[in-house]
Amino acid sequence: MTLPTSLKHIAGHEEHAKVISDNENVMVCCGRMGPMCIPVYEIMEELQDEYVNIEFRDMLFDNPEADVIRNIPEAASFMGLPFNVYYKNGKVVAATSSIQSRDQITEILDRVF
Amino acid sequence: MNDNIFDTIIVGGGPAGLTAGIYLARGKAKVLILDTGSIGGQMVLTHQIANYPGVEAISGYQLSTTMKKQAKSFGCIIKSNIKITGIELEGETKSVTVNDKVTYHAMSLILSTGGRSRMLNVTGEKRFKGQGISYCATCDGDFFQDKEIIVVGGGNSAMEEAVSLTKYASKVTILHEFDHFQAFEHAITEAKENPKIDFIMESHITEFTGESKLEKVLYKNLKTGKIHEMNIDGVFIFIGYEANTTMFKETNLKLNKWNEVLADEMMKTNIDGVFVAGDLREKRIRQVTTAVADGTIAAVSALEFIHNN
Repeated sequence: MTLPTSLKHIAGHEEHAKVISDNENVMVCCGRMGPMCIPVYEIMEELQDEYVNIEFRDMLFDNPEADVIRNIPEAASFMGLPFNVYYKNGKVVAATSSIQSRDQITEILDRVF
Repeated sequence: MNDNIFDTIIVGGGPAGLTAGIYLARGKAKVLILDTGSIGGQMVLTHQIANYPGVEAISGYQLSTTMKKQAKSFGCIIKSNIKITGIELEGETKSVTVNDKVTYHAMSLILSTGGRSRMLNVTGEKRFKGQGISYCATCDGDFFQDKEIIVVGGGNSAMEEAVSLTKYASKVTILHEFDHFQAFEHAITEAKENPKIDFIMESHITEFTGESKLEKVLYKNLKTGKIHEMNIDGVFIFIGYEANTTMFKETNLKLNKWNEVLADEMMKTNIDGVFVAGDLREKRIRQVTTAVADGTIAAVSALEFIHNN
């Protein structure tokens, strides 16, 4: 179960673990094909060329194995899609919920990576 | 040939801007479409469009993707999620500076920056966005299963979304600043007949509070001036749209008192070579279909302007 975007996807627990262990810097956007999520996928697609040191992935929120994102402590208070999670060396270093602008995303990328 | 010189620069890549791009590019004009957000504008935010003639039902995302593909296939250059740091509307050559780095020039401009959802702009609104405050019922409704929520607004969106949110929430309170609603009668009736919906009239929210997520709102009764507190799990805000014209405030472009651009029926503004299309202009009906019509007219006017100059 993956999203129909042109980003690389995370399909399940195993792939999630591999992506965050194989890459120093990872941003994952976990959402649906909804109005608050699509703009974030588009921004990530554009940022891929600019931030080559970061692995950009998406994950379908309704995939049962997306619990790996849904259940992180940083998302405990989240009540809006998408969940955007930033990993450095396998650890969560930032997380946001709901639509984000390019400036909001790059501010986090520049700060945490 | 200089890569930064175009016949027309279209500022805004929603349905109006994309349509204008399609018509201009088919008219052999060299076109650049710029957008500070995602291509598709507010159309992307529409879950389903069922009143676009010739298409039975389509998501806003799909329709905008198709329009974008069409515009590109005719030769439009499209740049999205950029920051416009300068714009010059006057003179024979217009210019738009992007990200403080690159300046593009053109003989004509079409302004199609659309509109944006209004925010309440009260304390705590930004902090609790996505943590109790939402602007999209279809996106976030299921986070509020069996919870108590407020819907702010009195138009069609507020009424319809309040009713749809009763699928999840245990109680929905519609909070509105006036003593009457602006929505269509049938939408008001449906909300009033729903046993899960309550109403607070002539009031507005003054503050959102909570620890890690929204827990409480303070609202003021506009008649008595009294501030009330309400414990709440979520607030959905549907208080309409405003024209995206902030970037033109320092220019001589004529705006009305709601900051909408004034134009004639050929989409000509008060500045020579500057045209307008879509939700940012003064008009009554704001739909994808009317945006597309505006874009067509603006493109034809811009083509005529280019040929005559």
